[in-house]
Amino acid sequence: MEFSIFGYQFMQNAILSAFLGGIACATIGVFVVLMHMPFIGVAMSHAAFAGALLGLWLGFNPLVGAIALSLAAAAIIGPLADRGELTPETSLGVIFSLMLGLAFLFMGLMPGNKAAALDLLWGSILTNTRSDVLLLGIVAAVVVGLVFAFYKEIQATIFHRDMARSVGIPATLILYGVLFLTGATITASLRSIGGLLIFSLILNPAAAAYQLTYSMKKMFFLAAAFGVLSGWIGLLFSYLFNIPSGATIVVTSSVIFGIAAVFSPKRKVKGWQKKPLMEGQ
Amino acid sequence: MADVVIKIEKAVVSYRENVALRGVSLEVKGGEFVGIVGPNGAGKTTLLTVVNGLGKLLSGRVWVLGHYLTAGNGHSLRKKVGYVPQVQNIDPRMPMNVREVVMIGRYGLLGLLRRPSKRDWEIVDEAIELVGMSHLVQRPIGHLSGGEQQRVAIARCLAQEPELFLLDEPTASLDWKAQSGILELVKHIHDSRHITTLFVTHDLSALPVACDRVVLMKEGLIWGEGSPAELLTDENLSRLYDMPISEVKRRRREETLVNGGEF
Repeated sequence: MEFSIFGYQFMQNAILSAFLGGIACATIGVFVVLMHMPFIGVAMSHAAFAGALLGLWLGFNPLVGAIALSLAAAAIIGPLADRGELTPETSLGVIFSLMLGLAFLFMGLMPGNKAAALDLLWGSILTNTRSDVLLLGIVAAVVVGLVFAFYKEIQATIFHRDMARSVGIPATLILYGVLFLTGATITASLRSIGGLLIFSLILNPAAAAYQLTYSMKKMFFLAAAFGVLSGWIGLLFSYLFNIPSGATIVVTSSVIFGIAAVFSPKRKVKGWQKKPLMEGQ
Repeated sequence: MADVVIKIEKAVVSYRENVALRGVSLEVKGGEFVGIVGPNGAGKTTLLTVVNGLGKLLSGRVWVLGHYLTAGNGHSLRKKVGYVPQVQNIDPRMPMNVREVVMIGRYGLLGLLRRPSKRDWEIVDEAIELVGMSHLVQRPIGHLSGGEQQRVAIARCLAQEPELFLLDEPTASLDWKAQSGILELVKHIHDSRHITTLFVTHDLSALPVACDRVVLMKEGLIWGEGSPAELLTDENLSRLYDMPISEVKRRRREETLVNGGEF
């Protein structure tokens, strides 16, 4: 294998993007998994994709369109999820299909070459610039920093929103904060991973970590590690076989989840569960 | 004579087209143990939510622990109010253990950006010991039985060091043994700490004998209040639950056999 490739700026940018995007997406994924709200991530990632295409069509910065539409989706989904007015499946069905419809509508209306739009569809981490890396770095730092600062409030809200409210924790504010961070993370990762695939990088590393630990702190660390690993291994395969990086990153994260699910200690009978069985014999 | 700590004046609460409370007024004195009894849909849980500031009043006023409840002061009030809900469905894989869940009771008091101190952990451990869960502190919360989870919920409230203790059907869906264990624990906590306690139940067999006063609710209204002995008559219960007196008598006989004559 030729290692001189790491000397190139585009590869350094890609490696850094995979590291920062992996951490940010996986950290957000812990909320998505533990709050049982995968529909929010799916709907918001497609909203970001549609927003970016709107920007490309109308000629403004696609990232502005992405953050605007993903936050708009959050503003619609958030109250529904918080009050439990709609089942997750219904919200997902409505928002997801609307956003995907809008995305293809904007793509259809776009004049000329659609290459930039297709890049946003499945991502191209190898074309990331320093400013993309900087944006990912800022978002990752904000996500990780807020989790550290408000860990106990986040932990209580994840455990049970109504219970968190009942002890005086601003659980609704925390929920909306999580939605805002999800929108920002998806927007910053859109060019690297792509609108159709980003949700897998949010869900899979956290879902893998969920299989392996009963400690929420460890789950955050494991998810971030799996996110980074998915990015780096995926990038390597993308480079070696000259295939789309977004796809290889997502497939890698799915393989990591599969391995974690197979070896999950949560599938085995614990010592304390065995004891009564043995006493009964 | 103890001071009044809860004063509800003509509270009206509505969830869309359903009116849950229709102008309810109630006063509770410090240290009192009040049982709130009524059929499903009577507005009992809503009454508790207006006391801890989670319920939204359409009209009326609620005064709790020296303050009128407004849209903005619910958070600070809830830090002083322990709330035990019905048995919750907890994800068996939830990555939190018993000790961490009880610590949540301290989080509101601690405030933002502050970590639990050694003293906070000591308070948590004392609460866990009081509810008899010391042997399970490291157990994942989702691996506990319904009765054990309710003990953890009570420990979480105790860790909060509340001035008010609200219990919303804490024994619903528990078996007899777990139910009587929780009732004894609630009585013990009230007797030893003299916390003002509101205990909601639709099931008379789950009403602690420690109740000083019973409030009967039906269709969003207070239907009667007084001592358990004078209020919980066969005739009153027959009208409260819309059941023939003979059926009420039969059920009460059965409950007496089960609970050894608790009421």
